[in-house]
Formats: sequence, structure tokens, C-alpha cells
Amino acid sequence: MTTENIEAPVRTETSGTSTLSWLGQLLARYGIVLAFLALCLVLSFLSPYFLTTKNLLNVLLQASINLVIAIGMTFVITSGGIDLSVGSIVAVAGMVMADVVSRDMGLGLAVFLALLVGTLCGWLNGMLITRLRLPPFIVTLGTMSMLRGVALIYNDGKPLYGLPQKDLKVISGDLASIPIPVIIALVVALLAHFVLRNTVIGEYTTAIGGNEETARLSGIDVRRFKVIIYSISGLMCGLAGVILTARLSAAEPIAGVMYELDAIAATVMGGTSLTGGEGTVFGTIIGALLMGVLRNGLNLLNIQSYYQQLVIGGVIVLAVAVDKLRKR
Amino acid sequence: MTGPLLLEMRGITKIFPGVQALSEVDFDLQPGEVHALLGENGAGKSTLMRILFGVHQKDAGQILVNGQEVAIRNPHHAQQLGISMVHQELNLVASMNAAQNIALGREKYSLPGVIKWSAVYNEAQEHLARLGVDINMRVPVRHLSVAQQQMIEIAKALSWNAKVLVMDEPTSALTPHEIDQLFQLLNRLTTQGVGVVFISHRMEEIFSLAHRVTVLRDGRKVASWPVKEVGMNQLVQAMVGRSVNQLFPKVATERGGEAVRVEGLQRHHVLRNISFTAYQGEILGIAGLVGSGRTELARAIFGADPIDAGTIYIKGKPAPIRSPQQAIRRGLGFLTEDRKTQGLVLVMTMESNLALPVYDLLSRFGVIRREKRRQLAAETIERLKIRPPLPDRQARYFSGGNQQKVVLGKWLARETDILIFDEPTRGIDVGAKAEVHQLMNDLARAGKCVIMISSELPEILNMSDRILVMREGRLVAELSRQEASQELVMEYATGVRAPTGEMQP
Repeated sequence: MTTENIEAPVRTETSGTSTLSWLGQLLARYGIVLAFLALCLVLSFLSPYFLTTKNLLNVLLQASINLVIAIGMTFVITSGGIDLSVGSIVAVAGMVMADVVSRDMGLGLAVFLALLVGTLCGWLNGMLITRLRLPPFIVTLGTMSMLRGVALIYNDGKPLYGLPQKDLKVISGDLASIPIPVIIALVVALLAHFVLRNTVIGEYTTAIGGNEETARLSGIDVRRFKVIIYSISGLMCGLAGVILTARLSAAEPIAGVMYELDAIAATVMGGTSLTGGEGTVFGTIIGALLMGVLRNGLNLLNIQSYYQQLVIGGVIVLAVAVDKLRKR
Repeated sequence: MTGPLLLEMRGITKIFPGVQALSEVDFDLQPGEVHALLGENGAGKSTLMRILFGVHQKDAGQILVNGQEVAIRNPHHAQQLGISMVHQELNLVASMNAAQNIALGREKYSLPGVIKWSAVYNEAQEHLARLGVDINMRVPVRHLSVAQQQMIEIAKALSWNAKVLVMDEPTSALTPHEIDQLFQLLNRLTTQGVGVVFISHRMEEIFSLAHRVTVLRDGRKVASWPVKEVGMNQLVQAMVGRSVNQLFPKVATERGGEAVRVEGLQRHHVLRNISFTAYQGEILGIAGLVGSGRTELARAIFGADPIDAGTIYIKGKPAPIRSPQQAIRRGLGFLTEDRKTQGLVLVMTMESNLALPVYDLLSRFGVIRREKRRQLAAETIERLKIRPPLPDRQARYFSGGNQQKVVLGKWLARETDILIFDEPTRGIDVGAKAEVHQLMNDLARAGKCVIMISSELPEILNMSDRILVMREGRLVAELSRQEASQELVMEYATGVRAPTGEMQP
């Protein structure tokens, strides 16, 4: 049964705003925010440590890498696609960064090359998807494996460690006692919010995800914008690789495994529609924070990591199910 | 006719958040009767039928099937009660064949879980034979025509022993010949005691098929007549609540210079050596049966589909167009035949939809100039009388007629010189239709070139300055407004009359 072609009733804006539908609208728009606040409230009762500045900053730091990746993912999913290769791009970019730093070629160049390589990986995804007309799921599943291979081949499967920690403090240190990765993530998030809401790229991303054929017939160069969208995702993964390498003072070829799960979860919990056409960066920020608080809370409550997996997976499914229900 | 009613709906009321969709609507159906349900888009026809089919639940009222009150829980339950619905958008699994589709969900087993294919095919054959249609049951239904797919839907509906068959705009995608066949089939079914609820915007169909007609307006039943006792004007007046004097007002315009010239356009199996010219300040009608290549021609000119050979000239200059983007840059606009799948992004706001082809004008360094976009939306709403005038409302919540206005608005915003309208008034109500026609006249008068594809002959004959007729991918005739008649166009379109001299291959 299609529910799309319901003969649209003319909603009169003046009547019918009862208290219940008002509450419903609030929940529909801010449900994820309320869930997030509720979780924080519960945790602050369960653990006296939760609401300390130190712990909250730690949560933000832990969430920052996922947030950066999830922002790229928000563009991709809003355009009706998916990017499974994010974790592998993080690893490749991290290896490049660590390699350049260890050769004493300067941090600036290292960051630039890592971002460039990340962007190129995304560009490759975009080109494969648009030129070969393949589903994004298949292409990025393939590049997920291919790029993991590249990261492993890079240094014969061995990590690159022992980077000069002092230099990397510019990225991994604190600024006014706030971790710099958190600042980077928030600045990037604000920028991405602007791009998605106020620029042609953002508008076309939504249009392509909402109805690709309409977008094409409206004169949008769909292929070009898809390449841009996957490149944005690649750039974000490059940035995540930079932050990760700086924090660890090392790069591992097996870094970022399963990162796609957290990024997709944060994006979808933030209200971005998996069928495309609807997505906000604000939602993704909340989604990433929710994931971060959840992991942190489970740690504070001393829940064994095996059970954590179970809970987190369950929460993801639950969040999306609730989201689907409220959209009815 | 007397006797027990097949179906009786009494005082049906339905409230959606903020809207009273139906207020105390009565509707009934006798065995062997075709009861037409008429009303503008948004009048509540679909809602009423969705309640009958268990998609929506009524808020008040009663439904009686064969005199027994029932509470219809869901579509499956409706089908068990003998109520079937053939939707405007067909609900077949495109990759499965006719027999598989008819049996879907009720396959016979030989062993538990093992499908007994012989039974599936035999039963499908029986149902199709009952309809008197011959369809290749072995090919995926996507290879069949829309008409054939519809027959399969009807066969599927009847395989549930349907006594009540709801047909929602069944003719909108059919050729006149196919419509004839459908009507014969429906007449055959009524002699078998089936009752048909028939929803259509086409008056002439109601007069040729239905026994009774009920008109809804704004969620209320306005009137109900035996078809023999009512005239077309009365019906239109009941639907719109006012009289629509001129359904097709034609305004004389002055033909200007050459706008588009197409020479030797070819697309494998679809377009064969097509050449014609369209001028500024004229409405050029393109007639033909469904599948004759009209939409394909429009898509080829607009760069939406690749072409194998041929040249397109815009205002006398050769204009290679390989993508819609290039077409738009050269001043072309294309109103697609299916607004939901090709014209609108339903999940985006009306304002965003209107702005979609114009962002180069509404942005600076890639940043959208919101105040300009808002201004554009306000102007378009005003000009096209889009209702409700809410630019931030998602496109999917507008009625069909207003959605069509939004798609039109996209191209007006672009100030396109050459507009191709593919079925511009399909499935929209009389009032909106008149407005769309008015707009096309205005455009032609302002010196724009309007190319209009339509399956509705009265529309083609009354709106066009010149008419091209297509058949099997070829242009078979060019007729002036004066010489064209329904019969003549149909004779060319169906091949009864050979192509005119210069049109011969």
C-alpha cells in the first residue's frame, strides 16, 4: 500500500492545534534532544562522577572523531547514499599523516596531505558511483576493503608510532582547558550546518536525496554534486584521521574499524532519513553526543564491554524505530 | 434498480490533524451498478475510498456490506469482505509475471512451502479469461503496457471474489482504444453482479459508463443523481460550487520567429526521423496514443535522454543539448508528465521546489540568498494562486492541482522562452485546469513558445494553434487549428489514415 498519494487535506493553520498535537510536534522535532537530556539526567543520578567537568570534556573528546565522520555521513545519507568506507579512509589518512610527520616534513604539510588523501578517497567513491552507475552500498563496501588494504600495505601492516608528541599538541592539546579536537569538531559542525542549510551544495544534496530524477530535470548536474558530496565525506574522514593520529601520537593500519557503524548511527538517530532528502547537522551533533554519553555512561556504571555492545546496538535500533513511529 | 445494497456507507466522518476531511458522507452501491464518484482534488474522494478499503479508520459513521455492519480493519480485511481497489498508481511487482502477481500472498502449495506452479498459472488463466483478455503470463509485468498491467490488477482484485471494485482514475494513462476495452470489461463485470465505484475527472467517461454519480466537495456530499437525469454543466457546477463557463478559453496570439527547430531526430526504436519547427507566440499541440513517442520526443529535446542522430536549433542556431542543464541554459523548460516522480521533490518545501532550477540566480558564491528566494516564492504564489499560500510547507502536502502549479512555477521563475508541457492538466481538477490553460495562453501571448503534449483530445483541439500527430515514434501529420477534428487526429494517431505527404518516411 502506498501512503504517499494520500489526497492531501488542506491543513488550516488556525484550527486543530490541541495540546496533544503541540506536544507531538515538539517530540517530533526535538525527540532526540529530549532523549539525550533524559539520558544525561538518569546518568547524573546513577553516577556522581558523570556531571563533573572532567568527565563531560572527556565525553566530548571521545565523541569528536565520530562527530566529524558523522557530519560527512550526514551529507551522504541526505543525498540518498551511504558511505561504508569511512573507517578505512580514516586509517589511510592517519598513516599518511604519521608518515609525513615522522619524516620531519612539517606538521602543516602532514595535515594537508592527510586531508587531501582523504578527499581523494571520497572523490574515488563518488567517481565509481556516478561513472559506473553502481549503488553506493556496493562501491563503498568495495573501497572499504580496498582502502583497508592500502593502509595495511603502506607500512607492511605495522603501525607508525613514536611521533613527536610535543608537535602534535597543536591538534591534540587543550585551548583554554577545552580539548582542541572538540573545538575543531564544533567549528566543522557549524560550518557544515551552514553549508547544508544555506548553500547551493546543501540544497542540491537534499534535492538529490529527495528525488534524483526531479533534480536532474531541474538542471542540476547530479553526477558532479554526488562526487562533491562523497569528497566531503572523504575530507571529513581525513580530518578524523588527523585528530586520531595526533591524539595517539601513532597511526595504526587497523584504526577506524567499525567507525561506519557509529557514524551511521549518530546520523540516523539525529533524524536524517536513510531514504534521503531529509537531514540536519544539528540532529547529527545530538546523535553523536548521545552515542558518546551512552558509551561513557556504560563505562561509568562498570558495565562489561560485551554487554555494552548489546546495549548500544539495541539503542540504535530503538531510536530509529521510534523515529519511524513518530513520522507516521 | 432495487434489491439489497452491496455496500452502504452512512454518515462517514474523518478528521485529520487540523482538517475535517469528511463530514457525514453517505454513499451506497447496488449490485451490477457503476457509481461514479466525482469531486475536485482534495474533495475527499480518495479519503472516503481509503476508509472503505481499511487504509484509514473512520471517526464516525457506519459501513454495511450486504446489509451487515462491518468494521474494516485493514486492506486485507477489506479484500476478505469482497472489496477490492485498483489504484491510480498500479501495485504490481514489476519483476514478476502476471500469474505470480495475481497469486501473490495466496499461492497454492504442493508440499508445505513449496509452490504448486501449475495451480498458480491455471488460476491466473481462469481469472484473465473471465475478463476476456489475453495476456502473456510468462513475462515480467514491466514489459507489458499500462493497460495490460491494469487488467492484471483487476484480475487480481477479482481473484479475491470481489463484489465491490473501486477504480481510482483508471483511464488517466490509457489510450482511447484501451479505455473502450476497459469499459467493455467493466460492463461485463456488472452483468455478473459486481458493483463498481468509478473515480474519474473525465466527464464524458462518467456519462458513457456510470449509472449514478455522486459529487463531493470540501469533504461533504453535495449531490447524487442518476446519470440520465443530470447534465455536464450541473455536475461541474456541483463540483466547483460555481459555474465554469469556458473550460478551454483560447486566445488568439501572433506567431513570431522560429523558437525550436528539430531536424532528423532519431532515438533507437523510439524516435524515427522527426523534424518540425515550433514558433514563438504559439501553442504547438502534440497528439498521439500513449507510447507513440511524445514524451520521448520531449525528453530528447530537453536532453534528458540521449539521441542517436539529429540536430536541434534554438532560435535558428544549432544547439547541441546533452543534458537538462544545457537545455535550461538555452532557455528550455520541461513540465514532466508525472509531477510526483519527476516534477517535485516531495519532501522539500514549496519554496525550495520553486527555486530548484534557478539557484544560479538566487545565490552568490554558492550561498543561497534567502530573502531573494522568499521573494520569488511570494511572487509565484501570487501569480499562480497556489493554495494554501505557505512557502515552508512540504510539496507533498499540496493537492494535485496546486502541486502542478508549483511545477509550473519552477519554469516561470526561470523565465524560460520555450516550454514543453507534458500532460499539464492530468489528474487535476476543473478549476486548476482552467487556470493552467489561462497561463499557457498568457505565455503564448507574451511571445513564449509552448509545446503541449496531451492525451485529452478536447484539450489539444481547443488550446493548440497547430497540432502534430505522432504514431510509433514518427510524426504522421501536421494539422492547423482550423482543419483539426477529434476524428481526424484519431485517424492519424491510430494509423487508419496514412501519414500526410511531407511526413512520409
